[in-house]
Amino acid sequence: MTNVMMNAPSSGSPSLVALRGVGKAFPNGTLALNGLNLDVRRGEFLSLLGPSGCGKSTALRIIAGLSEPTRGGVEWAAVSAHTRTGDIGFVFQEPTLMPWTTVFNNVRLPLKLSGVAADKARQRVNAALERVGLHNFSTVYPRELSGGMRMRVSIARALVTEPELLLMDEPFAALDEITRFKLNDDLLTMWQSLGTTVVFVTHSVFESVYLSSRIAVMAARPGRIFTELAIDAPYPRGGDFRTSTEYAALCRRTSEALGGAMAAGAEP
Amino acid sequence: MSAQASARERGERVLRVALPVIVFAIVIAIWAAAVWFWQIKPYVLPTPSLVAHTLVADWPLLSRSLLITLITTVEGFVLAALGGFILAVLFDLSRYVEYSLYPYAVILQVTPVIAIAPLLLVYLAQPTAVLVCAWIVAFFPVLANTTLGLRSVDRNLADLFALYGASPARVMWDLKLPAALPHVLGGLRIAGGLSLVGAVAAEIAAGSGGAGSGLAFRIMEAQYRLNIPRMFAALLLLCVAGLVIFYLLALVNYLALRRWHESALDGER
Repeated sequence: MTNVMMNAPSSGSPSLVALRGVGKAFPNGTLALNGLNLDVRRGEFLSLLGPSGCGKSTALRIIAGLSEPTRGGVEWAAVSAHTRTGDIGFVFQEPTLMPWTTVFNNVRLPLKLSGVAADKARQRVNAALERVGLHNFSTVYPRELSGGMRMRVSIARALVTEPELLLMDEPFAALDEITRFKLNDDLLTMWQSLGTTVVFVTHSVFESVYLSSRIAVMAARPGRIFTELAIDAPYPRGGDFRTSTEYAALCRRTSEALGGAMAAGAEP
Repeated sequence: MSAQASARERGERVLRVALPVIVFAIVIAIWAAAVWFWQIKPYVLPTPSLVAHTLVADWPLLSRSLLITLITTVEGFVLAALGGFILAVLFDLSRYVEYSLYPYAVILQVTPVIAIAPLLLVYLAQPTAVLVCAWIVAFFPVLANTTLGLRSVDRNLADLFALYGASPARVMWDLKLPAALPHVLGGLRIAGGLSLVGAVAAEIAAGSGGAGSGLAFRIMEAQYRLNIPRMFAALLLLCVAGLVIFYLLALVNYLALRRWHESALDGER
């Protein structure tokens, strides 16, 4: 993997991280990604939208450094290249909590692994739990929580280090709609108050339009960026935005883009 | 939960204790009736009351033997637990250690211990040989279960540890070992019963030549002397010892896992 410092951003706000011509072939020969170019701009809420199997999750794992590209590279902005550990939060599709310990210890994990002392960690863990509205649940075990609450713990854990970049891999796909809408709103609030950059993988047009400042639509076989859409609607967004004609129009445009991407990536 | 449902649950719990007790009473009654009806001689089949009487009368002798067998079993169990666990962790840390040693662990497991015991008795003092036999049969379930447990770590959690740059020692201590705990405890439950089996098998192989006098030795001795009531009494003690070991380990399992693991959760969700 190349790890080149970037000097001048090409356009808009400066890039935090960029994928340059990234390709990923799995040992079984599957070409998951090919020629993928993507700029993640500092402070934005970027969604990766695409059909299942288009390599969205693989791209996210490559950004996280959990997977190495077989071609191309990941370029980090100079200021963040030196502090990779703890500077990336990751939220999986499942809450992925340690079932054998309490909510508090689960959220504390990233700090513990980064060697933060227990008394300093306590404050930050409590703040993170407060942020997701679970400060009264710190001594509870994960299995005693509902699915939505578990996901909140997972988000609190990802944000406890106040990372520069938050990567989310279809985090709300398994939740019911009421819970999902609530978490959407809370996520936007946290994103705005923390100033974190978010890359959010989803296959839901509606979710991506509601949340994102920008959407990268991906096509499959092999996975690549098909087109990018800016969602210019102002934040904070709420129930009014969800029912507005502007939202409906944006969803239609995004749906059409996704339709195009799916046609481009259809089985021959 | 409605009062009706909780009453039903209480009834269920009472039945779980009452039914086996009733079955036990019926079997004892049939046994006693059969001995009386066919006038079976005590050296063929003693009455349950004679067995109970023998147990009390021979208690000084039998309790000493019970203690010897129990000590061997516990020693064998502890050594097997430590050995199996440490070996599993070594296997997890190095594939080459696993490749080198795993086949021999399997060989030890598949060779019936009763067949190994006579050979061990040639080279080792009897108490040591018995202990080694208890260890041989009991360590493999711990090894196999711990190995499985260490491998059944949630892959996303493993990724998370990697993301935060966790050292291999941290991953082992904070991720793999807790994740493996239910499997380790499952292995220990099997090992507890098996170490008793190993100890008994070795005592039987040692036979009358043995200087030690565990319960299995008492059974053999009583057989030679046609003291059938004492055979039953000793067997009863072995059975109780096995049950106590099993339920003690089940209790440990429950206490360790009740907060988080599906296998140990209480009924209500």
